[in-house]
Amino acid sequence: MPPTDLIAHGTHVMSVCNACRYCEQYCPVFPAMERRRTFTAADLNYLANLCHGCGECLYACQYAPPHVFDINVPQTLASIRVASYQEYAWPRFLAVAFRRSSLTTAIAFAAGLTATLLLARASTPVAVAGDFYAVVPHDVMVGVFGGVMVFVLIAITIGLTRYWRDQGGRVPVSRRALADMLTLRHLHASGMDCATAEQQRTPWRRWFHHATFYGFLLCVASTTVAAIYHVVFGWVAPYGYGSVPVILGTVGGLGLLVGPAGLLATRTRRDPALSDSATARLDESFIVMLFLTSLTGLLLLAMRTQPVMGLLLAAHLGVVLAMFVTLPYGKFVHALYRAAALFKAAREGALDVQ
Amino acid sequence: MAQRQFDVIVIGGGNAALSAALTARQAGATCLVLERAPRHFRGGNSRHTRNLRCAHATATDVLEDAYSEDEFLSDLLRVTGDTDPALARLVVRQSAGCVSWMQQFGVRFQRSLRGTLHLARTNAFFLGGGKALMNTYFAAAARLGVEVLYDADVVGLDVRNGRFHSATVRVDGELTVIPGNAVVLAAGGFEANVDWLREIWGDAADRFIIRGTPFNTGTILKLMFEAGAQPIGDARQCHAVAVDARAPQFDGGIVTRLDSIPFGIVVNRDGDRFYDEGEDIWPKRYAIWGGLIARQPDQTAFSILDAKAAGCFIPPMFPPIMADSIADLAAAVDLPASRLEATIERFNSSVRPGHYDDRTLDDCRTEGLDPDKTHWARRLDTPPYLAYPLRPGITFTYLGLSVNQRTAVVMQDDTPASNIYAAGEIMAGNVLRRGYLAGIGMTIGTVFGRIAGAEAAQHATH
Repeated sequence: MPPTDLIAHGTHVMSVCNACRYCEQYCPVFPAMERRRTFTAADLNYLANLCHGCGECLYACQYAPPHVFDINVPQTLASIRVASYQEYAWPRFLAVAFRRSSLTTAIAFAAGLTATLLLARASTPVAVAGDFYAVVPHDVMVGVFGGVMVFVLIAITIGLTRYWRDQGGRVPVSRRALADMLTLRHLHASGMDCATAEQQRTPWRRWFHHATFYGFLLCVASTTVAAIYHVVFGWVAPYGYGSVPVILGTVGGLGLLVGPAGLLATRTRRDPALSDSATARLDESFIVMLFLTSLTGLLLLAMRTQPVMGLLLAAHLGVVLAMFVTLPYGKFVHALYRAAALFKAAREGALDVQ
Repeated sequence: MAQRQFDVIVIGGGNAALSAALTARQAGATCLVLERAPRHFRGGNSRHTRNLRCAHATATDVLEDAYSEDEFLSDLLRVTGDTDPALARLVVRQSAGCVSWMQQFGVRFQRSLRGTLHLARTNAFFLGGGKALMNTYFAAAARLGVEVLYDADVVGLDVRNGRFHSATVRVDGELTVIPGNAVVLAAGGFEANVDWLREIWGDAADRFIIRGTPFNTGTILKLMFEAGAQPIGDARQCHAVAVDARAPQFDGGIVTRLDSIPFGIVVNRDGDRFYDEGEDIWPKRYAIWGGLIARQPDQTAFSILDAKAAGCFIPPMFPPIMADSIADLAAAVDLPASRLEATIERFNSSVRPGHYDDRTLDDCRTEGLDPDKTHWARRLDTPPYLAYPLRPGITFTYLGLSVNQRTAVVMQDDTPASNIYAAGEIMAGNVLRRGYLAGIGMTIGTVFGRIAGAEAAQHATH
């Protein structure tokens, strides 16, 4: 659906919902909607990023297809959500990545792997097993990843700023909204876990998301601690199995293995009507990316003294590079836009009704 | 399906039908539900509902304050006037147990209400509304082993001497005769049968909008009248509200209803006012406007507002028609401009000073008009002016099957049928003779559905 049609349909959907309001205690989307009488594109982007894609309102809807009003809130908002990611993306020409997420992922993997293999010193793999920097020199690693990191931060900041501005400027950080994010309260805020198919409610989406999110955070923490070890104390990797970076990375890595695998598994039982194919591919690309990051990382850890280490390191760094480079153009951005939407909802009092 | 005998056959697939089926199954009876709609549109008019009215002695997690049986009964009598006192008392008394009875099947309720009808004290709201309720019921029915047949159009009933033997049902063009030991009739009114409405209302029926399911065509009602059941209620009486004239002919539900009426004036096709728009608080008056508009020429009216009304009522699905002058507004909605201007001028000059308060019966009224607007009367003087085109929107009809306190259908010789029970819209006319009280349709369905299910199971298994 072209963006103008999408906005027109979104306006139709929200006009019907706003006249009905039966779903107002399922999630913050509806109380936020009730604070409006007309719906601009920016309003729809906000509501779309406030929607966490459960199915309660679809199954409860007296106007769900095949009814002539054709109301499918989760699917409509999913489409608007992905369109909003594209709208705010920087640089603009890379927004195409959201529409072609499978292709983007494949290219990113290929590029990441090629880059790391080219950077690796092909002559030294076996003799120095266990020494990462013998394969890829530390300065090269820091240079490449640092450069990518800076680019990613700039891209994400610009995207978020565009979104923020579109939503009317300052939105104060809310402890309530933060707590909601950290606990995923809205996935069970109407008293039970949200539906992922008609009359099917399980806690698994919530738990696997927790494993993924906290696993990701632990991996980031692991890398940060390692960087401090290296820069501040001059302690050079590899670190022992009992060291802080390895423990954080291992636990986080397991979370990042179980979480994404579980999320992929729960998706097989998720009603496809709750989303559209572009959104589904975007979700799955990021989940696969996270899974491979963790898988290669853990394999590298397990076999770092083996001759295969050089290849595994190249693979891991390649995957991580691909993951980082695609952060601003994939599902990752939902964390930022949803957080901003929740802060705004908190300010509007839309989190309070449940 | 063929030739299987069921203890209890339930005809219908809404709240009353499922209340009966679940009760009968819990009592040990084998049970078959014949739902005429396809699965997507199952649930009859209950699909479009939101709450049920129930008496309660103290505040609960889903109801505020207290609502005594006496108050409930007097509210009911005030709207309906005539009723069957024993059945009215029965529905009020048993309303108190409905919420917990529903909850045992997993039905969830809202914690409070934020809508405009201010019913948090008297009505319990289903979380997600009536379709969520019906989904939960059908899931419970499947768990308990109630069989459900969708797209099942009952075209014949074998009823001899007040005794049910079998139902003839058409599924996919195939006719099947299904015998049963007892039957519960919960197939709704005849509101979606335009030909039948035309017999009563004449051509006016062509301009009625049916708010709910297109499947309530009164087939079962007619079959039962033919089989000698005693009718009850006036065929002209129904629950009807003002809906937007742009609504689809069927199934528009809640979003086409107009709650703007108390905030302005209502004129007919000729630009004349015809009823006190501020007679009483809206929850007590919204259900008379369908009938009022049905009696206007062309069954057409317009809710006329000015900018002061913005934000006073839930925005309906269709946007208002707007103009900066009354003359332009009249042109936009095809009303005679000079007549509308004269009506509004007369109205404005009749408005007495007062303190406007839409939460109470305030003292803003007109003087010297016929009819006066007795509350919330404010001059229409602030552009832009707004108009919503109105039509009668029928929710359900009151002509039904006479029943006794066991919900047994009463035959023309005044004797109850031995194994035929009725619940829901199809017998609501026993309690409601006219008017409507928000949420009582679902109370009638639940209370009499449970009684019908229990009685049918008792009869069928003993």
